[in-house]
Formats: sequence, C-alpha cells, structure tokens
Amino acid sequence: MTLAGWCLMLGSVGFVLTLTAYCFFRVLRSPVTKDHLHAPLDIETHEVD
Amino acid sequence: MSTGARRESWGTKVGVILAVAGSAVGLGNFLRFPGRAALYGGGAFMVPYFISLVIIGIPICWVEWTLGRQGGRRGFNSAPGIFSVAWQHGTSRFFGALAVFIPVVIYMYYVFIESWCLGYALNYLRGAFVPGPDPSGYPAYFANQFNTFIGVNADGALFQGGSPALLLLALCFGLNFFLIYRGLSKGIEAFCKWAMPALIIAAVIVLVRVLTLGTPNPAHPDQNVVNGLGFMWNPKPAGGGGTFSALANPQVWLEAAGQIFFTLSVGFGVILTYSSYLKANDDVVLSGLTASATNEFCEVCLGGLITIPAAFIFLGAAPLALVAGSSIGLGFHAVPVVFEYLPAGRFFGFLWFGLLFLAAVTSSLSMLQPAIAFFEEGFGMGRRSSMATLGLITASGSLLVVYFSKDTVALDVMDFWVGSTLLVVLALFEVVLFGWVIGAERGIKEANRGSDIRIPAVFRYVIRYVCPAYLLAILVGFAYSNFPSQARSVAERPAALLTVGYMVVVFFFLWLLVQAAARRWNRSTGPARHRHRGGS
Repeated sequence: MTLAGWCLMLGSVGFVLTLTAYCFFRVLRSPVTKDHLHAPLDIETHEVD
Repeated sequence: MSTGARRESWGTKVGVILAVAGSAVGLGNFLRFPGRAALYGGGAFMVPYFISLVIIGIPICWVEWTLGRQGGRRGFNSAPGIFSVAWQHGTSRFFGALAVFIPVVIYMYYVFIESWCLGYALNYLRGAFVPGPDPSGYPAYFANQFNTFIGVNADGALFQGGSPALLLLALCFGLNFFLIYRGLSKGIEAFCKWAMPALIIAAVIVLVRVLTLGTPNPAHPDQNVVNGLGFMWNPKPAGGGGTFSALANPQVWLEAAGQIFFTLSVGFGVILTYSSYLKANDDVVLSGLTASATNEFCEVCLGGLITIPAAFIFLGAAPLALVAGSSIGLGFHAVPVVFEYLPAGRFFGFLWFGLLFLAAVTSSLSMLQPAIAFFEEGFGMGRRSSMATLGLITASGSLLVVYFSKDTVALDVMDFWVGSTLLVVLALFEVVLFGWVIGAERGIKEANRGSDIRIPAVFRYVIRYVCPAYLLAILVGFAYSNFPSQARSVAERPAALLTVGYMVVVFFFLWLLVQAAARRWNRSTGPARHRHRGGS
C-alpha cells in the first residue's frame, strides 16, 4: 500500500465515519415534537367486507 | 389521493431514516462500488466520487425529500400526485407514471437477485457447497454452481424441475408483500429498524475477519491484507502518467458520478413516496443527509474494505481484475471461492450472503410502496386489492426474467434501460422541476422548513445549474458509450426484444392509469383533495 493509498483510504473512511456520527448525533439529540404521530395500532385497509 | 380516515405515517424519525437508508443500501454497496473503484483509478476514484456526492447525490436527495413532503401535505403519496402538486401540467403526469414504472420494473429483476442471496445463504447454512479437495477447481465449481442456480445456460432451465429457484423467488415475494401489507410503520419501518443494524453488525464481523487475515498462504506472501487494501485504494496511474493521472480520463468521472447516483437510489421514485408520509414540519434536510451518510458508511467503510481485499488475498490480482467489473462475477463467482479458503468459511459465507439478502429486502420493499400508494390514492383501492394488482404485474415481469435466463438477457435489458438510463432521466426532471419550475430559492426555503439543519445557500446554484448539467453529461456519456451496443443486442436477440416490448406495454398501461387517476382527482373537491397534514 502506498502513502497515497493510505491517505485516500483513511481520509475517505474518516470523512464518512465523521459525517455519519455527526448526523446521528444531531438526529438523536433533536427534540421529539408532540405532533409526531405514532403509527395507528390497527391497519386500515379500506376493505369493504 | 388517500381519503381514509387514518393515514399512514412513520412512527419515528430514526425509522424513516433507516427505511430510506435501507432503500439505498443494497448489493451495489458491497459488490458494485468496490469493483468500480478498483477498476477505474483505484483510490483516485474517490476524488470524483466525493465531488459527485456533494454536488449531485446529496442535493438530489434533498430535492426528492422536499418534493415528497410537499406532495404529502396535499394528501398525495405517489409521484403522479406529488409532481402535479408542484406543476399542474401533463408533463408531471408523464414523469409521475415513469416514477411508478421505474421501481416496479426494477423490483421484477431485483427480487430474483434477492432470491439468489437467500439461496446462497441457505446453502452455506446447510453446507451444500462441496467443491472438492483441489483448490484449483474452486473457481470453475462455483461458476458452474451459479450458472446452474440461475439458469444461465438455457431459457426456461429453471422451470425444468429440481431447481429451487422458483421456490426461493416465491419466498422472497411472500416476504416482501407480507411486510408491505403490514403497512409503513409496522411493516417497512419495523423491518428496517431490525434489518439495518443486523446487516451492519454482520458486515462488521466479516470486516474484522478480513482485516485480521494477514498472509494466510505462505506460498503467496504478496497476497496479504495490506496489498489487498492497496489493490482497492492505491491510486492507479493511467498509461504511465502520474499518481492521479486517472482523473484525466472522463470515464472515471462518469463511473464515479454513476456510482453515486445508483448507490443513493435517487431517481427511483422511492424517496418521494417515503418522504410524503412525513408531517408538514418534519425535518427533511438532516434526515436526507443522515440517510445518505448511512448509505456511504455501508459503501465506503464496509464494502470498500471487505470485498476486494478478501478476494485479492485468495485469488490474486490477475484473476480478480477479470471479475471486478461485474457485480455478479465478484459476488457469486469470486467471493464464494474466498469462503472455501477461510477458516469457518461456511459461517462467514452464511453471514455474508445473509447480509446481502437483508440489504436486498430493505431495497425491494421500497420499490413496491410507490405503486401501492398510487393504486390506493389513485383509485381508492384497499391494501389487499392494490397488493393483488401489483403482485400480478410484478410476478408477470419476474417470471419473464426467470424464463429468459440464458445469459441473463431479460434481466440485463431491464437493468440497462430502466435501472440505469431512466433513473437519470427521472432525476433530471426532478431537479429541473425543483430548480426551475418551483424555483431553487423557494424550493430550498420549503426544504428548510422544520429542518434541524439548513441547506447552505450555495446549493441554490448547485441545484439550479450544476445538477442538471452534470446529469445531462452523465446521460449523454452513458448513451454514447452504451446505446449502440444495447440497441444491437435488442435487435439481434428475440428475448431482449420481447423484454423491451413487455416494458413498453407496462409503461403504457401505467400511464393510462395515471391519466384515469388524474381525472378522478380533478373530480374530487373540497377537503378530500386539499387536506393538509397539519402544521401547514
């Protein structure tokens, strides 16, 4: 493995890991708003029985 | 649009992110990306790759998330309605039909590939692969196994009896439609919340195994893990040039941009549908970025460090170079050879194909939802009726793919014309719609509404000018390189011509349905048509 190869690999992996970690940190830190509905308990399939 | 009293929605923010990421993460992350990078410049490939990620991949994701949420506010969950909200014009209906057509057709062959992964995972679990004691026979054994398994040698081979292919395909269909029937939150979201972490954990286990291989064969000391990583990540000079001379080759830029495009699943019509189930003020910018980042994690940090190094260690550079350009060659011919050499290879083989299967299911699920949403809101169909209709359509296409399995002609034709070409066409329409019809400034303002982070102002110009130009360049370059040979293939092979004819009929049928649905929407008045999803 050449020096350029190491730099490209570690740089690419590092960039993606940092971006992913930052994104999930922000997502998990963001407040859950009260108007986020939870999914209905039953599925309404609109069928006429 | 949907008129039921209770409308589907996502249960949690992480759930929708994992669902969109699941839609994007697929075989391409683990097979296509490593092969493309190794062939087109090695580590130098990452330069145009990341540039494309920033200037087309992520912006187009944001466009789709925003268009979808906007359409959802007006009660639409499928592309024909979503596009018409943005632009009341016949062109919207045409591209809306395209956005239903594309995922349906891709599903038809993708589910077949998914069944291969399931079949291989089960074969590893059962210890069904027995290539014999002579390692020199491994490549031929696995190539033959695969060709027989998928019927490459003759059309209709899989219908002869004795082949598990149809049973596996039926199982995959059953799983996909069962999850779709359970709905957004209890089906797709629940599955992705489990499957995504499971596949990532499985991939990390395989990654650790590969990176700790060292030099397993003393007779080939050069075939070690560091050199394997080097085969993938060292920049490959072009024609005796400098370290980064590969960047002077336009093909490298085209391949990198194409890879970003396909890996993020933009232009599928899927993100539009998924994001339409968000509330009016739900975040789309951070969610879109997170889903893209998750996909990149699977691609660069997992796929980029596993497949090529593992194959290099046990196959060597020359044989690997022959198969690296083909995802099928790499995934189903070369990688099984690796597992024969690996201690506990059966376990790792099961893990590897198991994670590919999970990745495929999270993607194939997403391909069904746009059409389901269209049938439900376009015609007031219930879940069972829309599933039955879609099941018949997709089953007919999948059976076509399975029957015309000789040299995978039907699969390749669908993949080329729909899975490679029409995606770019649809994405081009979306960015023009967002950047020029809605207006980039207004569109970005809409995107930033309720979002946890804001899109930088420079992306106004990127979306309006750079994205369309780049996509057009991809389309022209791709057409120039591939259309003549593909057109010849269609002309010379009856199976290819039949497949194209089938796709034209399916598209025409869907377009007629979209026209009928639009007339129905235009007739409905009042709250049912203009119902907002709150917060508006």
